[in-house]
Amino acid sequence: MGELRLMKGNEAVAEAAIRAGADGYFGYPITPQSEVMEYLMAEKPHERTGMVVLQAESELAAINMVYGGAACGKKVMTSSSSPGISLMQEGISYIAGAELPCLLVNVVRGGPGLGTIQPAQSDYFQSVKGGGHGDYRLITLAPASVQEMSDFVRLGFELAFKYRNPAMILSDGAIGQMMEKVELFDPVPRSKEILPWATTGKTPDRERNIITSLDLDPKRQEDFNLKLQKKYREIEEKEVRFEKIQCDDAEYLFVAYGTSSRVVQKAVQLARSRGIRVGLFRPITLWPFPSKEIFAMTEQVKGILSVEMSAGQMVEDIRLAVKGKIKVDYYGRMGGIIPTPDEVVEMLEKKIIGG
Amino acid sequence: MAEITLDQIIQPENMVYTRSRIMTDTVLHYCPGCGHGTVHRLLAEVIEELDLQSETIGITPVGCSVLMYNYMDIDMQEAAHGRAPALATAIKRLMSEKFVFTYQGDGDLAAIGTAETIHACNRGENITILFINNGIYGMTGGQMAPTTLPDMKASTCPYGRDVQMMGNPLKITDIVATLPGSYYVTRQSVHTPGNVRKAKKAIRKAVEYQKRNQGTCFVEIVSNCNSGWKMTPVDANQWLEENMLPFYPLGDLKVPEE
Ligand SMILES: Cc1ncc(C[n+]2csc(CCOP(=O)(O)OP(=O)(O)O)c2C)c(N)n1
Ligand code: SF4
Repeated sequence: MGELRLMKGNEAVAEAAIRAGADGYFGYPITPQSEVMEYLMAEKPHERTGMVVLQAESELAAINMVYGGAACGKKVMTSSSSPGISLMQEGISYIAGAELPCLLVNVVRGGPGLGTIQPAQSDYFQSVKGGGHGDYRLITLAPASVQEMSDFVRLGFELAFKYRNPAMILSDGAIGQMMEKVELFDPVPRSKEILPWATTGKTPDRERNIITSLDLDPKRQEDFNLKLQKKYREIEEKEVRFEKIQCDDAEYLFVAYGTSSRVVQKAVQLARSRGIRVGLFRPITLWPFPSKEIFAMTEQVKGILSVEMSAGQMVEDIRLAVKGKIKVDYYGRMGGIIPTPDEVVEMLEKKIIGG
Repeated sequence: MAEITLDQIIQPENMVYTRSRIMTDTVLHYCPGCGHGTVHRLLAEVIEELDLQSETIGITPVGCSVLMYNYMDIDMQEAAHGRAPALATAIKRLMSEKFVFTYQGDGDLAAIGTAETIHACNRGENITILFINNGIYGMTGGQMAPTTLPDMKASTCPYGRDVQMMGNPLKITDIVATLPGSYYVTRQSVHTPGNVRKAKKAIRKAVEYQKRNQGTCFVEIVSNCNSGWKMTPVDANQWLEENMLPFYPLGDLKVPEE
């Protein structure tokens, strides 16, 4: 059993980064995720593992520091919250376009604009549909506990390096701020391996390495895009992750991730105490989205309610997955308000069972 | 008199000049007479002379020199517009034993990337920045740059830069020289053979000084853009001498105390 600690979600991200052997973290303060860098700085990771931690002058600089480090084959990351992630989008697109591995953490707050510092899930579209320009995809992991905040740092890096693609932990202000018991994984040393594609200085034994997302030749640019798409199909094939809770006998289904899924877990209990057989399907990877698995549920359940802290974003992917076979509706709150289990059950009755 | 054959002429002891082996065989895409090619060559020669090929990581900007990685036989990264100093910051901090440089135009370094430039230099990142100031946006077709001179014409100031309306040119190198993190700051040009020689010395210092870990080395090269300026290469160099240099005087702005 690993070391047990009581930690905030944001602190768990920071501790996990050091333990995962991260080489660098570059960030800019923003609520509700500033504890990530605060924790890192307090831990003196340069002494613990030699990890570089730098407060950048902006999120723009931070994401481009990540690009520079990633292009050297280093394990690098950043974290921010919604407005900061918006500012990073050009850089994220470059990172995807140059096929570089890195970890991004978005501790989502309500928007649009400066919005609020309270938790929300309104950056779903931004993470899973692009956000930046061009046809690229972000591997998107949605933690529902402080434990997963820690675990997904390791998983995120693993997937990012496996596919040479940026991976994002899409969390929210509630999970970032709340304290829970977490079992920390054992530290691994920082890697000394020099990756064959990385820019580390051209030695006589190899050709020079160039990291770029530019190709002005349309044919080559299209070929490159096709290669990216092939990689994305492979990720969709192999990396879908989800959890099913009380689905075996379910007649109805909630789909929810992150903080919403915690609320919905309570709602499932509540509904079942009233005799409603409902289960929870929790996507863990938001991209690749568990479309096939959700479609499979249509054999069993009569209707699906997507519960989100947004105006209804994931519900679009559920509808695409279900292909009109059964009823799909959405319930959510915005502006930093977390729905209550009572509301959720009421909406299931009204929109799905009664509707 | 015995006849001298070609083979007899092509002997190591007769060699007066050769292209640096750090330059690749790729034909440069620059307009004839453009300063970019000259600066590439100087940098390549310095990297070769100091035997830094296997330690060098260079960052290309978005601008005419975006494809610099095709011309230099070294590891390179292509940055987003203006962000090269951020990339270089991370690279140097993660691999402090390497030689890291950025190569940037005036739009890249002094407009969209001003924050990255100032903060990297102010933190005293141990990187070398080569700043090609041609007073215009070359790549996008000759728009006004932060360094466009007062009354100078560009496609977005076709009647000349009206400083009341469009603001003043930015002497960013002067600002960089005032920052505690900058170590060596100089302004050079490559419009005459004499200036090319001086520029090479400056670039060599800016590369060598990086080993000292004392802060940012910053070399501005006042350059031409004959296409953007709509002049012949010869006229452009003359115009540079008469107009750019009075505004951007050549010489060292900050030198290390020896
Ligand atoms: C974010 C972004 N904005 C704008 C551009 C378009 N753009 C490409 S190069 C350039 C200006 C380059 O000028 P400069 O840095 O002076 O370099 P030069 O081409 O003169 O060498 C601009 C505006 C871009 N590629 N990315
Ligand atoms: S457009 Fe100007 S800066 Fe670009 S290659 Fe031509 S002369 Fe040089």
